[in-house]
Amino acid sequence: MEVMYLLVPLSVLAVLAILCVFAWAVGAGQFDDLEGEGLRIFDATDAALDADQADADVRIEKSLNDVAARVPAEIQEKGRFE
Amino acid sequence: MKLEAAHDGPVVYDDTAVRGFALATVLWGVVGMAVGVFIAAQLAWPELGTGIPWLSYGRLRPLHTNAVIFAFGGCALFATSLHVVQRTCQVPLFAPLLARFVFWGWQAVIVAAAITLPLGYTRGKEYAELEWPIGLLIAIVWVAYAVVFFGTVGRRRVRHVYVANWFFGAFILAVALLHIVNGAVMPAGWLKSYSVYAGVQDAMVQWWYGHNAVGFFLTAGFLGMMYYYIPKQAGRPVYSYRLSIVHFWALIFTYMWAGPHHLHYTALPDWAQSIGMVFSLILLAPSWGGMINGVMTLSGAWHKLRDDPILKFLIVSLSFYGMSTFEGPMMSIKTVNALSHYTDWTIGHVHSGALGWVGLISMGSMYYLIPRMFGRTSMYSVRAIDLHFWIATVGIVLYIASMWIAGVMQGLMWRAVNPDGTLVYSFVEGVKATYPFYIVRFIGGLLYLGGMLVMAWNTVMTVSRGRVTQAPVPALAVQQQGA
Repeated sequence: MEVMYLLVPLSVLAVLAILCVFAWAVGAGQFDDLEGEGLRIFDATDAALDADQADADVRIEKSLNDVAARVPAEIQEKGRFE
Repeated sequence: MKLEAAHDGPVVYDDTAVRGFALATVLWGVVGMAVGVFIAAQLAWPELGTGIPWLSYGRLRPLHTNAVIFAFGGCALFATSLHVVQRTCQVPLFAPLLARFVFWGWQAVIVAAAITLPLGYTRGKEYAELEWPIGLLIAIVWVAYAVVFFGTVGRRRVRHVYVANWFFGAFILAVALLHIVNGAVMPAGWLKSYSVYAGVQDAMVQWWYGHNAVGFFLTAGFLGMMYYYIPKQAGRPVYSYRLSIVHFWALIFTYMWAGPHHLHYTALPDWAQSIGMVFSLILLAPSWGGMINGVMTLSGAWHKLRDDPILKFLIVSLSFYGMSTFEGPMMSIKTVNALSHYTDWTIGHVHSGALGWVGLISMGSMYYLIPRMFGRTSMYSVRAIDLHFWIATVGIVLYIASMWIAGVMQGLMWRAVNPDGTLVYSFVEGVKATYPFYIVRFIGGLLYLGGMLVMAWNTVMTVSRGRVTQAPVPALAVQQQGA
């Protein structure tokens, strides 16, 4: 079974690589807030995505205004969302 | 990092490739499943297609598996991963033009497969049949896909990488590794090659590839879908985010060595077979952890299942995931495998995972994704989604129940011995006894295809009444810039 000399080292390398990524993830604080992160996918304003065909433009505009209203004043001054 | 708007407008997500892949998913689903129904009919009525070489079972069967796994499933994975990575990282795609190359390159691979396989060009390796020039094209497209995906993750505006992206990322890297190792060939002409491994070595590499393709293509990638679209559709976060992280690391740490269970009682050394069995049994734990986590996301909101057909698709897909990830480890036990191997039980097992888990989760995710990609809140007909769900579910039950019965029956007939040591049944008696089950399986497959046709109609109606809209990237991440 000479092919094991390829597959086994490959698997060991893969596990070491996975360990390195895991160590990075822990060190980088990826898992610091494990319950809050599950909620974040609901934070984004999805309104425009969910816009119905009939009034898509109105709702996109509205959601953009909502977004703009939440941007801190100093950034608004630069006009990034104009 | 800062995002600059291209034309004085708001920064928008780049969904061109997502739209293309979503529609391609539906198209190739219909094609791949139709080929499957045809070859199921051939098993019941073998005279179908006699005398036409490119309609022969041996050539169409790999076309069916390639079409449903890599065309239907692959396009669903591309569409959802490129959608999820943008939404969860809150940035547009990195290198959107490269994403379009990934789309057209992958369609070219599919068309090349649809031409070469019926013509009889094959490497003869299950799920890796495509000859080396197409294999090279797959490698190029895959690298481009990895650049787009990881590039997008790399410039994310949210510090945390959402769990779905971890699953998609592992799927992309593992499939690249598997494809390269199992694709090592010596070309002997443009459409002919020889594997660099020989004999049982080749078998070991093939099933190391084959089962990890199940693990990383058909499981990890679709779990990525599960962890985004179920919470989004249910409107509540995943039951335990902590468990989803444990699920991910446990799954990828333990998956790589399940492959040898495909080679029980063969020339593969006994210890290698046993390793395959042990790792397969270990896999039950992370698989069920993830399955329970997904289903329990509906905890406290079970009533939503009553009138939301998309949630029905997503949650029932998880119950099939649970079933097939229980059945798989059981079948990998050598004594069970002695009965099940080479019988139609294996076909039933594969389809409970393929039709039940991969199919339903993809369809559910597409029903969430397609209207949103075309400026609508929902599909043209929600009742048609419900209809699709029930037709598909009945089809799956008919398919897997008939194959379970047929498989156990075949296994028992093949091993039955008279007191004098001769076989009780000749092989053809087993074939004859299987005949009615092949017809039930054909009906099950036909129903599943019928459901897919309903989806195709619904998609055409939705898209023709929809409009491509640009979705702006929310300003939310401004608060956590500098991540």
